[in-house]
Amino acid sequence: MRETPLSNCERQFLVQAIAEKKRLDGRQTYDYRNIKITFGTDYGCCIVDLGKTRVLAQISCELVAPKMNRPTEGILFFNLELSQMASPAFEPGRQSELVVKLNRLLERCLRNSKCIDTESLCVVSGEKVWQIRVDLHLLNHDGNIMDAASIAAITALCHFRRPDVSIQGEDVTVYTPEERDPVPLSIHHMPICVSFSFFQQGTYLLVDPSEREERVMDGLLVIAMNKHREICTIQSSGGIMLLKDQVLRCSKIASVKVTEISELIQKALENDKKVRKEGGKFGFAESMPNQRITAYKMEVAPVDTGDIGKKAEDLISNTEPPSEIIPSPVVRAPGTGQIGEGLQNSWGLDENEDGEEAEDQTMEEELQTMDVKVKSVNKEDPIVLSDSEEEDVVVLEPKIMKKEVKVQASSTAASKKKKKKKPAH
Amino acid sequence: MMEVTQSGSAQHAAVLREFGCEHSLLSRPDGSASFVQGDTTVLAGVYGPAEVMVSKESFDRATLEVTLKPKVGMPGVAERSKEQCIRQTCEAALLTRLHPRTSITLSLQTVHDDGALLACCLNAACMALMDAGLPMHCLFCGVCCAIDQQGTIKLDPTAKEEKESRAVMTFALDSTDCRVMMSSTKGSYTAAELQQCIAVCQRASESIFQFYRDSVSRRYCKA
Repeated sequence: MRETPLSNCERQFLVQAIAEKKRLDGRQTYDYRNIKITFGTDYGCCIVDLGKTRVLAQISCELVAPKMNRPTEGILFFNLELSQMASPAFEPGRQSELVVKLNRLLERCLRNSKCIDTESLCVVSGEKVWQIRVDLHLLNHDGNIMDAASIAAITALCHFRRPDVSIQGEDVTVYTPEERDPVPLSIHHMPICVSFSFFQQGTYLLVDPSEREERVMDGLLVIAMNKHREICTIQSSGGIMLLKDQVLRCSKIASVKVTEISELIQKALENDKKVRKEGGKFGFAESMPNQRITAYKMEVAPVDTGDIGKKAEDLISNTEPPSEIIPSPVVRAPGTGQIGEGLQNSWGLDENEDGEEAEDQTMEEELQTMDVKVKSVNKEDPIVLSDSEEEDVVVLEPKIMKKEVKVQASSTAASKKKKKKKPAH
Repeated sequence: MMEVTQSGSAQHAAVLREFGCEHSLLSRPDGSASFVQGDTTVLAGVYGPAEVMVSKESFDRATLEVTLKPKVGMPGVAERSKEQCIRQTCEAALLTRLHPRTSITLSLQTVHDDGALLACCLNAACMALMDAGLPMHCLFCGVCCAIDQQGTIKLDPTAKEEKESRAVMTFALDSTDCRVMMSSTKGSYTAAELQQCIAVCQRASESIFQFYRDSVSRRYCKA
């Protein structure tokens, strides 16, 4: 569905408030919203909340053949999806510009900066390398998707453990998590994106814009930096003209913010490691806030199954069995069977079309002699089918049998040929 | 051959895992809920009744669209079939005729799958629809049970138990009469086992509906 358009008075209100150094949620110009990081049960899964913007990240790995021009390097694959629940404007299927822009920026930030050591992901040079897949899902859009996504991605990558591999000469063994503890990825540094939004042709600047502020901004500057004050990626969009000292000032602010965020990520990772080592409960279920009235938990609940046996028995004995429409098969000759009595052949010819023969046991009758004994067949007997499709049956003198059953010879109709079981006589 | 196990002979492990739910946890959707069953977590978001594309519009009722996204990879056939099961259950429960020519969009995200995923999706969907305030003529809940190789019925199985079982069944039951609204089964079982599983799930649904009531009354009641 279409995004609700922003009214002019709302736009003017926001711009005027920013001009007076006021933000809707009461933050200062350089303040970030609250960042909350929670980890899931398996390694490499985390949810990051940047204010109300929520991103879910999951890392997975797979052994694949390496790229032709890089036989000794592992592969990193990034995929950021804007879930339909994040905003009413996000439609499934259609790749909007925003998704492409965010994915590209994420790739530049994490892949081009070489923060992950891809050489260490090589198992057998030229044949098998690890492909690390980073899946990010935006769950709620309240502005500044890029920062939240980059924090989620790098935190999940630091949290992830890949299966251990040992190489002895030619043999490569990949151990399951039960056999040997999985090993973490080799990460050189943690690049984190910081977004700056500009208003009134670059006069006013805000860090970490919320969704409303993003709607009225003129341009966006994203700087990806690590805590060693190295800029990994810088991107300016929106067509605003920035002065050199503005960009330098932003990079200084970014370095301060990145240090704070990196500390937060480290603390969260250590907390999770501690909880896992001590054997405590971890995962999203545990991180659900108990004290909120919107959250509720129920303990393990046993269910009384005392009389279900009797109840089920009653139900089944009370229901009528389905009406008997399939009579037991009749055998005319050894190795054949027939279900149902065929209709009178009104054409006077020997071949007739197949009706609905849904049963697999329905077979054609082969008329060999007129003295065919009618034998009742046990349902358990396996029926041998001849796969040969070359025999031709020519019925010379069809005789009426005792049971008034007409001979049915199969025709080589198209429907028959599809079912390999039915031989054409 | 039909073998009916008497209540004394077969010990059915009928225990529901720990449940948890949170409503209105996302700010953008009209209704949202997160449902946790043991370790299986599903997040649901609902938008509606809202504008609908003319190609999908229905003159006398609201058009319901369900999307289920897995955590890793592109959605495949398994997700599509679950979406259809959930959509048919929701359509049966929602009063779609009250909002003609509108769309109701239900998005589900698998946050962690440890068994009983379809049942958890149904529960999250019902809580999200409730949170959005959409009119329904009954609530529904999803219950999953598995029959292992020995014939015991395990309620709310984990992923490991599902893999080792002979049959896995998921039922959607309504709140007024605990009747079956939707069933999705995998594996082989006898008619008697099916009826027993339905009976077990109906018992379990009573505790699930009580959980719904408790979680909503915690939010809205003063005490």
